[in-house]
Amino acid sequence: MTGDTLNDVHACDTLTYLDHAATTPMRSEAVEAMLPFLTERFANPSGSHRFARSIRQVVDEARDVVADVIGCEPGEVIFTGCGTESDNAAIVGTLGRHGGVAVCSAAEHHAVLHAVEHSGGRVVSVDSAGRIDLDSLAAALGDDVSIVSAMAVNNEVGSINPLDEVAALVRSRSPRAVLHTDAVQAVSWIDLRTITPHVQLMALSAHKFGGPKGVGVLVARKGIVLEPLLQGGGQERDRRSGTHNVAGIVAMAEAMRLTDIERVAENSRITEMRDRLVDSLQMQLVDVIETIPRGIKVAGSAHVCIADIESESLLFMLDEEGLCASSASACASGAMEPSHVLAAMGVDKRYSLGALRLTLGHSTTDSDVDRAIVVLVDAVTRLRAGAVQQATR
Amino acid sequence: MKVMVAMSGGVDSSVAAALLVEQGHDVVGVTMRLWGGESDTGCCSVSDVDDARRVAQQLGIDHLVFNFSEDFNEHVVDPYVAAHTTGITPNPCIECNRHVKFARLSERATLLGFDAVATGHHARVTASPTGLQLERGFDRAKDQSYVVHMIDSADLERTMFPVGDMNKADVRAHAARLGLRTATKPDSQDVCFITSTGGRIAFLGKRIPFRSASVVDARGTVLGTVPAVEMITLGQRRGIGLPGGGPKRFVTNIDMESAVVTVGDEVDLLVAGHTVGRMTWVEGPSSVADSDTVLVQCSAHGVPQPATVTVHADGESVDVRWIERQRRIAPGQSLVLYDPTDRFVLGGGIAASVL
Repeated sequence: MTGDTLNDVHACDTLTYLDHAATTPMRSEAVEAMLPFLTERFANPSGSHRFARSIRQVVDEARDVVADVIGCEPGEVIFTGCGTESDNAAIVGTLGRHGGVAVCSAAEHHAVLHAVEHSGGRVVSVDSAGRIDLDSLAAALGDDVSIVSAMAVNNEVGSINPLDEVAALVRSRSPRAVLHTDAVQAVSWIDLRTITPHVQLMALSAHKFGGPKGVGVLVARKGIVLEPLLQGGGQERDRRSGTHNVAGIVAMAEAMRLTDIERVAENSRITEMRDRLVDSLQMQLVDVIETIPRGIKVAGSAHVCIADIESESLLFMLDEEGLCASSASACASGAMEPSHVLAAMGVDKRYSLGALRLTLGHSTTDSDVDRAIVVLVDAVTRLRAGAVQQATR
Repeated sequence: MKVMVAMSGGVDSSVAAALLVEQGHDVVGVTMRLWGGESDTGCCSVSDVDDARRVAQQLGIDHLVFNFSEDFNEHVVDPYVAAHTTGITPNPCIECNRHVKFARLSERATLLGFDAVATGHHARVTASPTGLQLERGFDRAKDQSYVVHMIDSADLERTMFPVGDMNKADVRAHAARLGLRTATKPDSQDVCFITSTGGRIAFLGKRIPFRSASVVDARGTVLGTVPAVEMITLGQRRGIGLPGGGPKRFVTNIDMESAVVTVGDEVDLLVAGHTVGRMTWVEGPSSVADSDTVLVQCSAHGVPQPATVTVHADGESVDVRWIERQRRIAPGQSLVLYDPTDRFVLGGGIAASVL
């Protein structure tokens, strides 16, 4: 016997995929771009022969593309293995080189939050939309702070941090500190060139914008010196040892280039679908809260809190109908953790228990949204009716 | 039938799932995440979840993890910790079955359209003219009817114990035949949230303040001291700070308020019976007539002893009077009533005062 039920799943035919914040399908152009480097063009770019040099050129060109989209110098781009590595390299690397204290908000991704907590850093509160609270940030800043980390876009609820204001505050209260941003969820929705001038460090991850898993970027602006996480062959100018993931880097650059070109059009196409999705749910179901107001979040995020149901039950029913969504982050066992983001935002438990993260992306179509509305309304209605029945029994 | 099978990652629930699949049921495996802290199999028992998931994959069934850690803390861990400060020693596995497995999980299963919840317990659901009965498992040495005694006949309709008819050796043989990775996995022994390295002392020591207590004999003569009165259980013989070589002495009383532990001979422990509270019944309190003789079991694998039972008017408590005086049961422990043939669970409750 084999696990036929899972092996038979082909994402495009049978599933309605609304979990783009978890990962996005790869763009076909990115797949095509990486294939030669998994087959005939296999040389190690760190080598000295002509075969190696030709691959080195490909990595250099990819770096130029990535730097252009970010709005930084190519020499400021460090290729890494994932977003989590980039976040850790920024925080642990800064503390390792300069000492001091790290500061972040309670709604950060665990890649940042756990790194800061592990170092004994300070965690500050957020507002009701999950954005860093500037007053509590101000109170936590001081001469001992060496790094502040503030995500560009929250991975759970989609709210956008005011990085210009955060940067100004850090400059005035902790002039020696650097500002790091986890911009992993931003690339599809926000022009990174508007973020880069405010920060000294930035983490990106390819699979969140149509690239492959297992490759990321750490931007370290000129003059920023970090203690590297890995000791080894000294690749990436001694900042990240380890053989380059050439195929991943090439595919990431291609996905990033296309995402950048299409961003404005995609933002309006997806905003329209997202609004229709949430409007329909709120029209057809009572007690559904749109967790974050539309003006302060990214287009792909349709996070809602549904009263009087439990996320795990809802996700099971959606799963049975082939609708892929999520609630919060999963722990190592695969269990859904109660959301630390909603807890930090102070969302009423009646609503936070029924948290649902629907996230749209480049592959989302109108028919995905149509299907999601039907499936969701039916599932929530059935769950609520069943809960009432159990309560009166 | 659509069946949700609770898969702990052990061999019994693995085979339970396999049997349900073989019987043609529509099966979904669920592993409950109960304890978020340290355990013998890693943080939140990830390796057990891995085992359950791999078995489910091999059987070709869906596998999900439900996070019931809040319920587990509220109904099992917190009361367990609090009870130790008042001299009560509850059985956390029973409270987990009562509040989580056969409450929270089975309610969710119903809500999600499942017809039944199955587990890998060694117990049986048996039809009788008066309704469904909860019967001991076929393998008497592995019987777990004691820890699932709180399921009533209405809930038994939606409960399945697929390995209840099997010997443990046959369960393992079946797992081996299917090539399940759990076939030779050792049985779980102790409380899942207490590590074998730290034990109860490490677990409770982090959560409640320990108070030292003096150890006295029946006349009040101080014989020694123990560092933590919270760790002392009625009937305990070892670890009470007394020099070896003397007569066997047992803890016969624990005065939590003044932190005094009294020791005495085994005979001092013997009592005529107990009032048992918080009773649950498989078929209801009327299944026991006044002064009926039944068999009463006081621990998971204890030897059942004959006793007469008088049901109080509210049906929620009973007086158990031993035919022969028995050692006093520590308050908080469960007493489970079986019919005189020692096959069927009648009901069970928690030891309270001594008769």
